[in-house]
Amino acid sequence: MTLYGAGFYLLGSIILGTAVLAVTRRNTVHAVICLIVSFLGTAVLFYLLGAPFLAALEVIIYAGAIMVLFLFVIMTLKMETSSEQGTSMGRWGPAVLLGALFLILIVFMVIRDPADRVPLETALAEPTTFGRFVFQNYWLAVEIISLLLLVALVAAIHLGKGKGEQMKEDEP
Amino acid sequence: MIVPYGHVIVLAGMIFAVGLVCMVARRNLIMLLVGVEIMMNGAAIAFVGAALRWQLLTGQVFVLFLIGVAAAEVSVGLVLIVAAYGKTGSLDPDAYNILKW
Repeated sequence: MTLYGAGFYLLGSIILGTAVLAVTRRNTVHAVICLIVSFLGTAVLFYLLGAPFLAALEVIIYAGAIMVLFLFVIMTLKMETSSEQGTSMGRWGPAVLLGALFLILIVFMVIRDPADRVPLETALAEPTTFGRFVFQNYWLAVEIISLLLLVALVAAIHLGKGKGEQMKEDEP
Repeated sequence: MIVPYGHVIVLAGMIFAVGLVCMVARRNLIMLLVGVEIMMNGAAIAFVGAALRWQLLTGQVFVLFLIGVAAAEVSVGLVLIVAAYGKTGSLDPDAYNILKW
């Protein structure tokens, strides 16, 4: 096993372990902190798989912006810690069964296909090459995604503003 | 040479399964969104691995758009959660039963 291979398995176990930690935490803030570690591990994995630009985006957008948004909302709302009542087996049993079934299907699919045993070659997509490729072949998709972000921005402002006015009316 | 391509797919599938379990088992709207984020992360890993497997940049482009969609989805989803919390005062999906009588 090469050094890259060892790095892949180490990063994979870090990502998976912190994701499982995030799912099982009762405290939502702890869950989000674990998830940040998971996303940072994913960023390094992207770098290992030859996508340095996506690694930077993952750190900036996923681990930075989205998780900070989560933390802000969690700290704005008053969490009731005892909301998740009920038998723990009754909730986790079917979910874990579903996940295990899905995983067995994936592993079966990978084992069946001999093409999946091809070892990956290290490669590097320079950010310059990547940017040229995106804007030469997928410029329309870039415009569409920017429109989607604009719509999301308008929706967030509209929904957030409506709630604020309602609270102001309720006060007197 | 890194690892067989199948190992990347299995890792992505495991992360996706963790997100799936989170979505099904947790009864908290914020943890539901966290599950969606984990699943999107798994999908992104699969795409980057496939881009390396076939030495094509298209997979990485798809991850770029995936990150954009995730940002839009999370912003709207969190605002919807805040609005629902303002209406009902709870984050439990079972508490949203105004239509029931």
